[in-house]
Amino acid sequence: MTLSSLDASEATASAPAPERISSIRAAAYRMRHHALNMGEVQGQGYVGQALGAADILAAVYGDQLRFRADDPHWEGRDRFLLSTGHYAIGHYAALAEAGIVPVEELETYGSDDSRLPMSGMSTYTPGMEISGGSLGHGLTIAVGMALGLRAQGSDSRIINFLSDGELDEGSTWEAAMGAHHHQLGKLTAVVDINALQADGATDTVLRTEPVTEKWEAFGWYTQRVDGNDAGALLAAFDNIASRSAAVGRPSVILCDTRVGRGVPLLENREKAHFMRIEEHEWQICREQLTAGYEGTASA
Amino acid sequence: MSATTTKPKLKTSAMIASFADPGQKTTSAPFGHALAKAAETDSRIVGLTADLGKYTDMHIFAKAFPERFFQMGMAEQLLFGAAAGMAETGLVPFASTYSVFAARRAYDFLCLDIAEPNLNVNIVGGLPGLTTGYGPSHQATEDMAIFRGMPNLTIVDPCDSVDIEQAVPQLAASEGPTYLRLLRGNVPTVLDEYDYTFELGKAKVLRGGNDVVFVSSGLMTMRALQAADALAKHNVDVAVVHTPTIKPFDAETVLAEINTDRLAVTLENHTVVGGLFEIVASAVVTAGLGKRVVPVALPDQFLDAGALPTLHERYGLSVDRIVAKVLAELG
Repeated sequence: MTLSSLDASEATASAPAPERISSIRAAAYRMRHHALNMGEVQGQGYVGQALGAADILAAVYGDQLRFRADDPHWEGRDRFLLSTGHYAIGHYAALAEAGIVPVEELETYGSDDSRLPMSGMSTYTPGMEISGGSLGHGLTIAVGMALGLRAQGSDSRIINFLSDGELDEGSTWEAAMGAHHHQLGKLTAVVDINALQADGATDTVLRTEPVTEKWEAFGWYTQRVDGNDAGALLAAFDNIASRSAAVGRPSVILCDTRVGRGVPLLENREKAHFMRIEEHEWQICREQLTAGYEGTASA
Repeated sequence: MSATTTKPKLKTSAMIASFADPGQKTTSAPFGHALAKAAETDSRIVGLTADLGKYTDMHIFAKAFPERFFQMGMAEQLLFGAAAGMAETGLVPFASTYSVFAARRAYDFLCLDIAEPNLNVNIVGGLPGLTTGYGPSHQATEDMAIFRGMPNLTIVDPCDSVDIEQAVPQLAASEGPTYLRLLRGNVPTVLDEYDYTFELGKAKVLRGGNDVVFVSSGLMTMRALQAADALAKHNVDVAVVHTPTIKPFDAETVLAEINTDRLAVTLENHTVVGGLFEIVASAVVTAGLGKRVVPVALPDQFLDAGALPTLHERYGLSVDRIVAKVLAELG
């Protein structure tokens, strides 16, 4: 069944309990290991993004999302929409952590006939609600799901994970307007602001800041947090839960994250959308990850 | 002596010009009424539009079922992304805008969010082909060419109100996405004069004839029938095959009619590139028939603005131009 899910009625805006935070940190740690292992099979890939987003995905799957691992199409589930298809490596790690995809299957990532293609697609993977990849689609679909579920009396939440690069796309803002116009109170957007996109740093490609003010101007309940801080993420989700209504403002959590987070070798590497990692480096990455998590990393 | 000036009366180009002939039998807003009727028995049906409810006859549905109508604003990417999201929750959306905006502006959303997952979303496109004199911004002369390459998508090009009324419940019932080339407003009622019913995926022979066979879709079937009557006065006997489903195409029925020694003519309200003519031509070649096919279609160019009757005459869609072309072909 669910890993652990927080009933909205129990939510308070007070600080999340330490055990909730440590549980998410532990899940994120395991998911980062999964991502490194998947990346090693390919020899390259979107490992940097998976590491950067691991805390967000751990908080979503480990603390927020209502689902049944043995029944991914259960009608009463919350919907998690990954519009950044290339983050699939991170999403697969979360699906494994959630028990929806077997951990052993992760090593097939990106291989022929695998259920885990490089770019996330709903037709391939259990628990994958939409096919991302063409950026700027996820939030438009999320608006329709929120409208459709509400019209049918469902209380399910819809969480759309998108990247700051997707803020370049006009369709994202069409959807932002639509969600506010229709008062989709069960819709939450989670934006991974890693300040990096395909051609380089976001502020050199197309400046999207000030991001907070933009979402506020579009009428959303807006919070900006350190997206690699499990406690801050849970507190933000708690704030949303405490004000959640079927008809109300949609909410967005703007998450500042660091590409390669948890592995200093990658955190300090020249930032690249598609990160190359040498064969001998994978084990170093795993060791650094474990050392950091256990708090034994040398300065 | 005072000079008198008489200005010639100018032909004007209304945005939503009707292509009905003066005095022709028409039916008002057949799509809107058909959708409202289908929704009475199919609770999954919902309607969406992108600020064009009144101009796609969706307002009829919105009035009948306000709780099942969703105004998405002038945001076509959102319109179709949201329609996909609604279909994911089990609803059957009919989403309307003009064909140009569906085909040109929102293609990526139709393709990846609707067609790839094979969702039952029904795309309703107003002003298909040359049905407005407003110019290239609104004339969807290449919509079928754009959409034919999209896997899973069923394409319907109705002739009249009869086709639309009968097609709507079939589109709702069929799995997977559809694109309807909408005729709106006062739509001609033509096919009630024939022994005809719309069947999704089927071509129908409306009338037989020994000299010429017309293969037509959309409003050009109306013109084909009128041209057939006119040609009878020239002692030319014309058969008319109506192919309202463009994809998947009923090649079997069409090829059986084409594979004779009659002059074969395709008629479509669409550019000659990538539409009915090329569909028939490829079917003929694939079947190994050494058969010439003559197209009546719009030219491969951006069309003028102007009054619809002027433009249909200019670009060869009028009955007079069809008759002249056939007589020239027959020598």
